[in-house]
Amino acid sequence: MTGFGALFLEAMFVENMPLTLFLGLCTFLALSRRLETAVGLGIAVTFVLGVTVPLNQLIYTAVLAPGAWDWAGRPELDLSYLSLLAFIGVIAATVQLIEMVLERFFPAIHGAFGVFLPLLTVQCAILAGSLFMVERSYSFTDSVAYGLGSGAGFALAVILLSAIRTRMAYADLPAGLRGLGIAFVVAGMMSLGFSSFAQMVGP
Amino acid sequence: MALWTTLTTPLIRQNPITLQILGLCSALAVTTKLDTALTMSVALTVVLVLSAFAVSLIRRHIPGTIRLIVQIIIVASLVIVIDQVLQAYFFDISQRLSVFVALITTNCLVLGRTESFARSNPPLPSMVDALGNGLGYSLILVIIGSLREFLGTGALLGYQILRTTDQGGWFQPLSLMQLAPSAFFLLGLLVWAIRSIRTEQTEPTEHEAPRVTEPAE
Repeated sequence: MTGFGALFLEAMFVENMPLTLFLGLCTFLALSRRLETAVGLGIAVTFVLGVTVPLNQLIYTAVLAPGAWDWAGRPELDLSYLSLLAFIGVIAATVQLIEMVLERFFPAIHGAFGVFLPLLTVQCAILAGSLFMVERSYSFTDSVAYGLGSGAGFALAVILLSAIRTRMAYADLPAGLRGLGIAFVVAGMMSLGFSSFAQMVGP
Repeated sequence: MALWTTLTTPLIRQNPITLQILGLCSALAVTTKLDTALTMSVALTVVLVLSAFAVSLIRRHIPGTIRLIVQIIIVASLVIVIDQVLQAYFFDISQRLSVFVALITTNCLVLGRTESFARSNPPLPSMVDALGNGLGYSLILVIIGSLREFLGTGALLGYQILRTTDQGGWFQPLSLMQLAPSAFFLLGLLVWAIRSIRTEQTEPTEHEAPRVTEPAE
């Protein structure tokens, strides 16, 4: 199993964003009280990650990477220290653009996850997707697989957590553990479960 | 006096991590060792204080509609500076922190404080508030970082305190402490401990258990 599918599955299960890398935890815990919001958030994250990671890959290789300005006779130019600013800019612009397009052409979808879109500009998982892409020097197709896979992994985890937390509302917990406390413990158990997926990718 | 309250409130009573659910991602990811946790705490506190200062200085000149972008750009520039400093002077720690220093940019804690406090207050209180929140964040990171390193390897800051079985001692390291799940468990237990002492933080139940009535004899 190699290539696109392997990378997709690896990003989705083995390197699950919230559960094994602790990315995007703020929204993961704050917005998982209800199943409907969790579904909306999951779809929005998958969508934005799937768009911004490949886009940032193109920008990085074309403009920022060391040696990207060879053709202009400036091989010594290394703009990679600017990548953080560029990525944040791209993410903010993409999120704004997606929101405008959805509002204009697909008002139903916009109503479903419109609230979460602006939040995603400052979601660590989105920016981390682009930063990992640089650190592991993915190609364009790799970055598509990675973006979609890690988004799907986030969606899976947040939907599962919200389903468990909905049931937790009926449990008789110690007062101090109610709400946030038990959410952490549940997330820990899910993380234990997901660590068994580490065997999926052979040595 | 008011400044002192601003500084101490975020330590436990309004702790950014355990109560406001801000800045969790980095808090859990960098706590496998105490030294990375300390580095991260210092980096975040510096960025937080400086960005609160900058945002609050220009708070009357930022147009409301684009304030988020302005704030993010201020934060991102500061983070780039910190990242370069770490790479220059603490290279191996910055390698272990990997992308998490860069992720301070999107740390909800930084934006949360600039958005909710620095944007509407003068520079001095804003910096004190940022410092308080930074210390509250650092407190949790140091507690979890030292617990995980101590229980996971028997060492603190790299100094061996308990001799492990490999070295002829008696201490069997809990390797689970070095893995992801234990961070969640420890933070959950910490939240429980804090809320048992400060009961006003407990969340209301969403569902009341039906009252069991004694059957009439």
